[in-house]
Amino acid sequence: MQAAVETAAGKLWSPLAGRPLVQLQGVTKRYANGTIAVTGVDLTLRDGEFVSLLGPSGCGKTTVLRMIAGLGEVSAGSVEWPTSKHDWRGRPVRDLGFVFQEATLMPWATALQNVLLPLKLKYRPPREATQQAEEALASVGLAAFKNAYPRELSGGMKMRVSIARALVTEPRILLMDEPFAALDEITRHKLNDDLLALWNAKRFTVAFVTHSVFESVYLSQRIVVMAARPGRVIADIATGTSYPRDEGFRTSPEYAEACRVVSAKLQEAIG
Amino acid sequence: MTTISDSGTDAEARPVFIEERRWLGLTASGWQKVVAPLLIGLLVLGLWEFIVRWAGIPAYILPGPLLIARTLVTDWGTLSGSLVITLQITGLALLAAVTMGGLLSILFTQFKWLELSLFPYAIILQVTPIVAIAPLIIIWVNNTLLSLLICAWIVAFFPILSNTILGLNSADHNLINLFQLYGASRWQTLRYLRLPAALPYFLGGLRISGGLSLIGAVVAEFVAGSGGTASGLAFRILEASYQLKIPRMFAALVMVSASGIIIFLVLSLISHLLLRRWHESAVRREN
Repeated sequence: MQAAVETAAGKLWSPLAGRPLVQLQGVTKRYANGTIAVTGVDLTLRDGEFVSLLGPSGCGKTTVLRMIAGLGEVSAGSVEWPTSKHDWRGRPVRDLGFVFQEATLMPWATALQNVLLPLKLKYRPPREATQQAEEALASVGLAAFKNAYPRELSGGMKMRVSIARALVTEPRILLMDEPFAALDEITRHKLNDDLLALWNAKRFTVAFVTHSVFESVYLSQRIVVMAARPGRVIADIATGTSYPRDEGFRTSPEYAEACRVVSAKLQEAIG
Repeated sequence: MTTISDSGTDAEARPVFIEERRWLGLTASGWQKVVAPLLIGLLVLGLWEFIVRWAGIPAYILPGPLLIARTLVTDWGTLSGSLVITLQITGLALLAAVTMGGLLSILFTQFKWLELSLFPYAIILQVTPIVAIAPLIIIWVNNTLLSLLICAWIVAFFPILSNTILGLNSADHNLINLFQLYGASRWQTLRYLRLPAALPYFLGGLRISGGLSLIGAVVAEFVAGSGGTASGLAFRILEASYQLKIPRMFAALVMVSASGIIIFLVLSLISHLLLRRWHESAVRREN
């Protein structure tokens, strides 16, 4: 366990030298009914890092993710994309993929058609797009199921299609909102490993929302612990543990130690 | 791209579909569904014929099924002509209902102010009994066929309108978010998300409207009561009742019912063919 960086808003330190892709500064989200979902969130996502957002339900993890994605305006503070291009209205071109809690596939479309969607919406030429979508499906191990409809697939396979869809545009950032929470443990471990393999090969940035200490420690380089009422960041912990990670890592002392540290922080968040 | 092996627990946990044995394209339970109502039908018809003969009920009060069948054959010339006219009105009314209902529902969901300002009037049109406004329409519109068509359309179009609006608005919110995320245009969201999501609802409305356009056509004919060139089945029923040709009346009635059943079956088949790969309603449960 390397030095863990304590909360201190605005003074986050990352062991990675990656350039910052997204910077949240003092972000507050207040919904129309007056609920404050998150307040004063400072968070920087750097190029190529794997960050988990960990916290109890209601701490605004999902809200943070949605505001990075540009789904809904921030009430105060700013979300900046310092290294991205901006469109003619001055809004950043968010180069990202999003994986929701549920697979969120179009039931009337085959796996391939679902993965094709983002390319279609960007008016890519059909042949090139189809080839890209097939590659993306193959990368999540579903090449043989491209013509299957979502209802013909298991929960884990649907989630794989969803990941393929998020990655088909080769985004710089992959935002994942408790993607594996609804899956059984065996499937979840398999998908965790496969996700790490994809990340290792491509080195996109991942922001992974979870409520599982174990999942966050297993996957990420950095864990941002959040507390509820109001939703806020209370700790930013660099796990400093090594990759690649496998079943051996799950039983290693460094994994256990990291889990203990993160758990203690989470207890603070709940307490 | 790197590839991950497709072996592993979740890749193998694919639902299994077990084929049932089929005879002439139908499963055992499928045959049951066909044979049971058929048997009941034959039994009732037999009983009817028997009672008519046994009690000596005259044909101008209640004709037996055999006499009705015979009338159907002997009067086929007159009746089939009327059938074609009624079906024409029904078909055109349904077509108009589909186009108008479909287009309006798309416009309503794209432009909220249009829905707010016009939908109440669509409801007024729907809740006013067609028999009450049919005479007005027949007076206003000179062409009999056109006035009948308008009446049938008024009855038929509302289920398509309201169902399709519901369908267009029922797209998965996260999918709508996804479309927004990729900067999809309004047209793309309509084309790739809202329209496919609305399809099952539209088809549900279509099945109701199919029957309603026939009912609308028949009711309008009754009100119009016109003879001459455009005389549909309803007019034949009226005419037969004035002339006390009760067997012919029954024959025309049989034709109306049969048309309704066929329309329903055809529309159900279309719906099944369009939805069978993905929609829960068209898919057999696996247990």
